[in-house]
Amino acid sequence: MEWFVPIILTVITASTPLLLAATGELVAEKSGVLNLGVEGMMLVGAIAGFAATASSGSAILGILAAVVAGVLMSLIFAFLTLTLMANQVATGLALTIFGVGFSALIGSGFVGFPIQPLPGLSIPFVSGIPVIGPIVFGQDFLVYLSIAGVIGVSWFLTRTRAGLILKAVGDSHSSAHAIGYSVIRIRYMATLFGGAMAGLGGAYLSLAYTPMWAENMTAGRGWIALALVVFATWRPGRLLLGAYMFGCISVLQLHAQSAGVHIPSQFMSMLPYLATVIVLVIISSDRAKIRLNAPACIGQAFRPAQ
Amino acid sequence: MTADTGNSGEMAATRQDAAQLEVCGVTKAFPGCIANDDISFRIEPGEIHALLGENGAGKSTLVKIMYGVLQADSGEILWNGQKVDITSPHVARDMGIGLVFQHFSLFETMTVLENIALAMNDVRDMDVLRKRVLEVEKTYGLPLDPDRHVYTLSVGERQRIEIVRCLLQNPKLLILDEPTSVLTPQEVERLFETLRRLSAEGCAILYISHKLHEVKSLCHRATVLRAGKVVAVCDPAVETAKSMAEMMIGQKLVAPDRGEARIPGAVRLAISNLSLITDEPFGTDLKNINLTVRGGEIVGVAGVAGNGQNELFRALAGETEISGDAGCIAIDGTAVAHFGPRRRRRLGAAFVPEERNGHGAIPDMSLSENAFLTAFRRMALSARGLIREVPTRSFANSIIKTFDVRTTGAGAEAGSLSGGNLQKFIVGREIMQDPGVLVISQPTWGVDAGAASAIHQALINLAAKGTAVLVISQDLDEIFAICDRVVVMSAGNMSASRPMDAVSIEEIGLLMGGLHDLEGNVAQTEGGHVDQA
Repeated sequence: MEWFVPIILTVITASTPLLLAATGELVAEKSGVLNLGVEGMMLVGAIAGFAATASSGSAILGILAAVVAGVLMSLIFAFLTLTLMANQVATGLALTIFGVGFSALIGSGFVGFPIQPLPGLSIPFVSGIPVIGPIVFGQDFLVYLSIAGVIGVSWFLTRTRAGLILKAVGDSHSSAHAIGYSVIRIRYMATLFGGAMAGLGGAYLSLAYTPMWAENMTAGRGWIALALVVFATWRPGRLLLGAYMFGCISVLQLHAQSAGVHIPSQFMSMLPYLATVIVLVIISSDRAKIRLNAPACIGQAFRPAQ
Repeated sequence: MTADTGNSGEMAATRQDAAQLEVCGVTKAFPGCIANDDISFRIEPGEIHALLGENGAGKSTLVKIMYGVLQADSGEILWNGQKVDITSPHVARDMGIGLVFQHFSLFETMTVLENIALAMNDVRDMDVLRKRVLEVEKTYGLPLDPDRHVYTLSVGERQRIEIVRCLLQNPKLLILDEPTSVLTPQEVERLFETLRRLSAEGCAILYISHKLHEVKSLCHRATVLRAGKVVAVCDPAVETAKSMAEMMIGQKLVAPDRGEARIPGAVRLAISNLSLITDEPFGTDLKNINLTVRGGEIVGVAGVAGNGQNELFRALAGETEISGDAGCIAIDGTAVAHFGPRRRRRLGAAFVPEERNGHGAIPDMSLSENAFLTAFRRMALSARGLIREVPTRSFANSIIKTFDVRTTGAGAEAGSLSGGNLQKFIVGREIMQDPGVLVISQPTWGVDAGAASAIHQALINLAAKGTAVLVISQDLDEIFAICDRVVVMSAGNMSASRPMDAVSIEEIGLLMGGLHDLEGNVAQTEGGHVDQA
């Protein structure tokens, strides 16, 4: 049983950044904003968090810096697409390309710089229980936050009036406007939340997953987070399931490689991405379910009549 | 309007006879047009007041100003004699103004209760709201299940949601923007009962419509708008539908000339046992549709929107190809169900879809380019893969001339034309190709009365030349004005056809509401028995 614990622990660390970023993107998409800049926002969050922690020695400051960086990145996106009504797809792609380059620029001085990894929870006795202790009570703060985030977002979207309004804006922005809701303001807030969560996802990578900075260290996780939102058909509960499934697959390929399975390592590294494509194709075949949960106005600019 | 109208001394004196709502000199300009030009009128408590006007006369703009969606450039609004600033829909609702939108402001994937909650200013507890919704439904006889999703509801039920959510706020003024354009005649009657009852309870109602016989039977007074200005205030009970229509359009109304009775020729369009499972998420499946249209005939397809008309149009136009039974659609005897639109056009068919911008025409392209797109083969506008500029331009010009399209020329972008002018151009483009079969969907939807009568006349003339014309329309007046026979679609089924002179509006209304012909029901039950045996 004991051999099992490290695998579970690595699954959790592999899943958490995906879950954080995807939760934020889900909220943004529910309001009708398709932000393809998740990868870029994660990278900028990762370097901001790393740089702040490395210079101050405080992990809390690092996490805050990552959130602020993610919010600022999404603010650029929101201003361009919501205020200036630029195309969301093109702007999102540009944001990712910008994030890759900008994070590499800032991070060039931090390559190889050592920091303390984010400390895990440590409750006397409880964290020491075999198996359950390290898995349930020994994680770092961001892991608990990612789970709480999913539950919180689920509660927000299904139980609160503000959540209902947010979904309404994503479902039909012209109807929401006609009833008197400020479509642009609500979308700004959803987009900024998405940026903050992507920043946290990035910070998890550079502060906890591998406590170091490497150029382009997200390695496509932002894109998987985007795919996860569709995989989950925009339902937070399924997002949790999906993120952990992809976490499992990426850990599985690592273990299979070390166990000496004779498949070229490139194929094994492909596995999580391949799984994403296959699952998306399967999900997309059920159009009724997509229609019922997908925000109908996703990616569309809203221009109120004056 | 001078500024001292609203001084307080005068207001106290006029309190007694203050209007529920008075609009004084409201002006609103958009770039390129003045939508409302110095509009003034008043609505008394309990009055049902009609606001008449053609598309583009400024009705919707005025409503948006009254509901706080838009702000007027100048002029003021008095509520119970007090000047008010309606800065947002929220403020309007707080004052007691309710609006039933023309294109419903509903959210398809949400439940009825959620939709109602979204349009209420003060929702704390969903359970309390649910109780109040059920109370209002009971009081006014508007049955609705609060937990149904909107996309599963009929158009009439959707409108009921809008009305219920207005009534929940105890409105003093209820505005209805074109409320009956999507209802069956029976549903219209039920709506009128509700409105008369509200009026008797003292609620003022502003009823916006261009259906004049409805205005005659319902409204106490009418204000007529034309090109953004108030041109008349009248008593609908005294006026005739024709006289009010002439006030709206500002000229004499000419009814289409049906000409000599046409003798139907050979069958040109035949639909037999057409069934189609739609792949649209909220579409309607077509169920065993049978219909023939002969040369020289105009056949109307009536029905409330969303009962399979779009699917039928796409199946006929070849936008949906049917692989199974190619013979279920035949044009002049050729099985075409497995053909795409171009091969069907080659056989002499022409199609005019409902949506003008983006479906019937490409808004960013010029009129001559749009003309080329459907006519290049039949009008020989292309040679060796190249566009023949001169014939293309002269073809577009001849459409513009023959159909009196008001535009700057064949080089104008399609999207720059008004709805009526673009529709005349698109209909003209198809008619001038001299088709053997024409399928046209909502030919005069959102088109002004002058253009509508020109299009009706063109369709009648086309049929007189031996073309089979199929008109899909929600507008029963249109069907009665031009068709020889009518069929009714409901939930993807099509009724047997009836000659126009042997059918009443009530009968069509019942068919639209889903009451099938006796023959149809019998056939279905028999089929069921066979299956069981």
